[in-house]
Amino acid sequence: MLIVDNELCIGCGICVDNCAFAAIEVVDGLAVVGDACTLCGSCVDTCEVEALTIEGAEKNVQMDLASWSGVWVYCEFRAGKLAPVSLELLGIGRTLADARSVKLTAVLIGSGTDDTAENLIGYGADIVYRADNSALEYFTDETYGAVLTKLIQEHKPEVVLAGATAIGRSFIPGVANILGAGLTADCTQLAIRGNDGALLQTRPAFGGNIMATIECPSSRPQMSTVRPKVMKALEFDVERTGEIRDVELEPAQLQSKVRVIESVVSELDNVNIQESDILVGGGRGLESEKGFELIRELAKALNGAVAASRAVVDSGWIGYPHQVGQTGKTVAPKLYIACGISGAIQHVAGMQSADTIVAINRDADAPIFNVTDFGIVGDLFEVLPKLISSIEGRRK
Amino acid sequence: MKIIVCIKQVPDAKDVRLDPETNTLAREGVQSIMNPYDQHALEEAVRLREELGGEVTVLSMGPPQAEDVLRQAISCGADRGVLISDRAFAGADTWATSYTLAKAVNKIGDFDLILCGKQAIDGDTAQVGPGLAIQLDIPFLTCIQKVRKANEKEIVMERMMDDGYDVVAVDYPVLLTVVKDLNEPRVPSLKGKMKSKKAIIEVLSAEDVGADSSCIGLAGSPTEVVDVFPPPPRGERAMLTGTIDEQVEQLVEKLAVYL
Ligand SMILES: Cc1cc2nc3c(=O)[nH]c(=O)nc-3n(C[C@H](O)[C@H](O)[C@H](O)COP(=O)(O)OP(=O)(O)OC[C@H]3O[C@@H](n4cnc5c(N)ncnc54)[C@H](O)[C@@H]3O)c2cc1C
Ligand SMILES: Nc1ncnc2c1ncn2[C@@H]1O[C@H](COP(=O)(O)O)[C@@H](O)[C@H]1O
Repeated sequence: MLIVDNELCIGCGICVDNCAFAAIEVVDGLAVVGDACTLCGSCVDTCEVEALTIEGAEKNVQMDLASWSGVWVYCEFRAGKLAPVSLELLGIGRTLADARSVKLTAVLIGSGTDDTAENLIGYGADIVYRADNSALEYFTDETYGAVLTKLIQEHKPEVVLAGATAIGRSFIPGVANILGAGLTADCTQLAIRGNDGALLQTRPAFGGNIMATIECPSSRPQMSTVRPKVMKALEFDVERTGEIRDVELEPAQLQSKVRVIESVVSELDNVNIQESDILVGGGRGLESEKGFELIRELAKALNGAVAASRAVVDSGWIGYPHQVGQTGKTVAPKLYIACGISGAIQHVAGMQSADTIVAINRDADAPIFNVTDFGIVGDLFEVLPKLISSIEGRRK
Repeated sequence: MKIIVCIKQVPDAKDVRLDPETNTLAREGVQSIMNPYDQHALEEAVRLREELGGEVTVLSMGPPQAEDVLRQAISCGADRGVLISDRAFAGADTWATSYTLAKAVNKIGDFDLILCGKQAIDGDTAQVGPGLAIQLDIPFLTCIQKVRKANEKEIVMERMMDDGYDVVAVDYPVLLTVVKDLNEPRVPSLKGKMKSKKAIIEVLSAEDVGADSSCIGLAGSPTEVVDVFPPPPRGERAMLTGTIDEQVEQLVEKLAVYL
């Protein structure tokens, strides 16, 4: 609970301004904490007279933290392919493991993984646990969860990372809950404290308006899902050696109450926009489904993928998997070109961490220009064809 | 068909922002809204009840004012509202929230289906739904984009994946989290509004649901927020100038590294 020391409080109201939840009021010259308090602690640090403390955070979990050791990465494999984020996780995992002088272990679950395990070693893993079985061909939360949970229980790693993908963000929360482990979603920065192995997990909250750093002081393993495209994969090194251990699977682990009838890979614009380095985003300014074709052309010229605002998805010009923003996907490409997108906060929340942002809009006051590195004020139907032909000309 | 929908009251995103210069939160009277994804969960629950009969209970854990979103849900077709509210819940992370909601679900009683939003827009974790299912020891599916067929025994649906979608079927009980594509939420009817005004929201405390005090709130949360700060500011906004042809040329120059 958040305690106000009435002796120290001067009623300055700084904490009131710092509370994202509007949970503090100043009444009769003293701060008063209301029910909306989530104990996030952001007020405690800003109180200049140190009148605020959080109390009662005694954890009852008495875990032997020192018995947990090693850094693990779940490597996602679906429909014959390794998700690219897996290699990025091995990159950051290597850094964390080296900082703790421990081994980096990859967990590979799927069917028909072929030489993937060997590749994971080339990309940084010391050990690969391989659960390859035809019953694991289709992802289900129960089977994948059961395999990973048992491995973690047996080997007790200190850190477990997974990609913040559809699959990772589905079954990893279940695994963490079974283990009673802390799990931080969609991290964009990870660091480890050398002395006690605390994983410092940083992630955006409130649609990217605030960053928060999270620790798990009293439980292990420390688990995070990590946003694709923010960590760097290592160069593949054929010389690197490691050990592949095939996991013995029990029948119970391979059973799920969920029946997967079919797995449909979408044909049109078939890309996962979160994995794309270059994204061209189209908004209502394109006016029609036909106008939206210009976005596809520009994306093609740039070798990028197509993204869209919600207005466009709602109009049916492109499918929901392409929606960027608060109720769509969060993307962090190297380049994002927003065309005819006004830049509503809900859209910006999903793309503001792109390295370079370009916007084309005929309204010079459109809020999108507040986050752009290069902006063109002009009519899309004039600008885009010129841009496309100029890029194509250069490519030739 | 007994359906429980978990609904969270969240601050409206456009109101919350850290001022990078002062490091304080610029906030013009934060408005609270029903988490957008949860509106789709509620709509699907009401549609299923209309088709198959039964009851829709909306459940929220939050401060007393979270009653507002439960009333809003009743005006959109829910039958019953339950609020679990206790100062002791403050500081709950997704583990403690799942635990607390599970206790409340057990108190509510029988159910066939639990619906959650994919994620809450304040924390964006998408972890409470799966966590709740694990606590209740029932299967779960996330990111449902379409219900193809539902009867008293099973439900067939499409779950969104990164490369397309999976068609899946499961028998009840099951917990589903849903995305926006699922349906178009209805606006409250006049009758619904009247009903929601009169509705009695049941309010339960930690003790009422038999929650273990070491598993709730901050004490029951394995994660702890240790720092909050504004995101790194973006560079100055640079507007290109000149004729459209000149601007296009400048832009292509700037983008040369990507070509
Ligand atoms: C709870 C909630 C969640 C939401 N989630 C999302 C989300 O996840 N993602 C999202 O994108 N939105 C989301 N929205 C919607 C968001 O608020 C905006 O309504 C939406 O992003 C607007 O899309 P737009 O920019 O394409 O359209 P508009 O706002 O209509 O903007 C069109 C722009 O195109 C420009 N334009 C028009 N014609 C031309 C032309 N010929 N040449 C050049 N420029 C032109 C206009 O100047 C204008 O700026 C959400 C809203 C709510 C309430
Ligand atoms: N305090 C809460 N009360 C009721 N439902 C909640 C609460 N927190 C989360 N949920 C449900 O869990 C979903 C995912 O939330 P989150 O894991 O916080 O992103 C939400 O869309 C809600 O359906």
